[in-house]
Amino acid sequence: MVEQSIYPQDQKMVITTDQVSFFYGLTQALFGISLLIPAQQVTALIGPSGCGKSTFLRCLNRMNDTIPHSRVEGEILINLKDIYAPGTDVVELRKEVGMVFQKSNPFPKSIFDNVAYGPRIHGEKNPKRLAEIVEQSLQQAAIWDEVKDRLQANAMGLSGGQQQRLCIARALAVGPKILLMDEPASALDPKATMRIEDLIGELRTNYTIVIVTHNMQQAARVSDYTAFFYEGRLIECDATTRIFTNPRQKQTEDYITGRFG
Amino acid sequence: MKITDKFILLFLRLITYAIVLVIGYILFDIIRNGASALNWQFVSNFPRRSGAAGGILPAIVGTLYLVVGTIAVSLPLGIGGAIYLAEYADQGRFNTLIRLAIVTLAGVPSIVFGLFGLGIFVLFCGFGPSILAGSLTLACMILPTIIVASEESLRAVPKGFRDASLALGATKWEMIRTNILPYSMSGMITGSILGIGRAAGETAPILLTVAAFYLPRLPKSVFDQVMALPYHLYILATQHPEAERIRHMQYGTALILLLLVLGLSLGAILIRTHFRKKFRW
Repeated sequence: MVEQSIYPQDQKMVITTDQVSFFYGLTQALFGISLLIPAQQVTALIGPSGCGKSTFLRCLNRMNDTIPHSRVEGEILINLKDIYAPGTDVVELRKEVGMVFQKSNPFPKSIFDNVAYGPRIHGEKNPKRLAEIVEQSLQQAAIWDEVKDRLQANAMGLSGGQQQRLCIARALAVGPKILLMDEPASALDPKATMRIEDLIGELRTNYTIVIVTHNMQQAARVSDYTAFFYEGRLIECDATTRIFTNPRQKQTEDYITGRFG
Repeated sequence: MKITDKFILLFLRLITYAIVLVIGYILFDIIRNGASALNWQFVSNFPRRSGAAGGILPAIVGTLYLVVGTIAVSLPLGIGGAIYLAEYADQGRFNTLIRLAIVTLAGVPSIVFGLFGLGIFVLFCGFGPSILAGSLTLACMILPTIIVASEESLRAVPKGFRDASLALGATKWEMIRTNILPYSMSGMITGSILGIGRAAGETAPILLTVAAFYLPRLPKSVFDQVMALPYHLYILATQHPEAERIRHMQYGTALILLLLVLGLSLGAILIRTHFRKKFRW
């Protein structure tokens, strides 16, 4: 069963997963993951490469749907709705649950068109409204000041860190409540990484964030809660301060003290 | 560098030069003998005396119509098929069969396409020898080229663009339309134009489906027969009673055909550079 006790009494939960297993064909990648994601907190998923943390993250907005012969078991509730129930509108789900990828992937279009992409495909045509959304999203992603004079420039001309913040702005423009981040800073230099981490700190007041990272210092710096994955299983989930000072499981302790992984 | 390495390098270099030399000689020969025939009358007049005199206007127009018809048929079909294969089809047995069929189609001799066109489009569909039947036949012939080129350029679009569109709530078709097709367009169009350039120069497929031996007027509808440059060239060079005396007409026709195909390739290059500049990643 899912443990509620590690969270404050009045903490609202946004995502509840119950016994989630995932299969790539015949290979099982996740084994019965039951995890709560608290609202407007940052939850970090850590663990060695291949432990299933990214696979789990990609179950939360059904990005794994695109993998042939894959299969999900168990139940994932987002705002009390079963997202794998038949008849679920994946488009609506992904509007609610935004995603930022490991490798920054701006489209080879202008900065403006990148951010406006989501609102446009969801039917927003009003140029004034689009301009508002673009500005607001870029501001939220802390990149507005750097790009406001060249919104029509190609996004490929931005630096790696700027590209990643642009991708965050693009995800925010759709108006999600939850933001999934798959190692968003692993391809960036320390300075750009710091800016992303600062940004996560600002975003957590308005968004529920789930971040996958294999940088433990980063997890310690940005997250409120940390879940440790190992070989497709959830070993332990607790308040980040407790995980890093006083883990209950030996495997967790071995991992965070650098004995493996 | 070792002596064997030097030798192999020299050998490979000579082979490459030899290829260029052959092409260069063909071009040189055609230009040298054809340039004298080229003038405004030659490209704007109707032929006289079974093509021994006058110009080749109907053959130019006929080939242009065939090129346009072939593009109109093969581009949507080929690109559509490529989208299916690259974006929708899984690696199942049926799709393996489709791929095998496409590869086989690419290897079918062009005269077989001609006979196929005669059987299906000219006779069975009742189009008669016509621009329509000829274009459809040529389109069938270059479909594999277009499908393979288009599929490759679709697959070359990075996975990140696909992931990002889907994660923003795009449906699969929205993703393809907004974030795959625009970036793969240049590859699809250049590949297709090169295929169409080949179609423009083919004789066998049009021989039985559209090409007229001698028809000194312009077509009025897609159900009309036309003259075409490659077939006209073949007639002038091998079937004409005065073949020996009209070498300049033959070379002139060859040169025009060559310029047309070269023009198509040049167009392909221009389109590619245009799109390359527009979408860089």
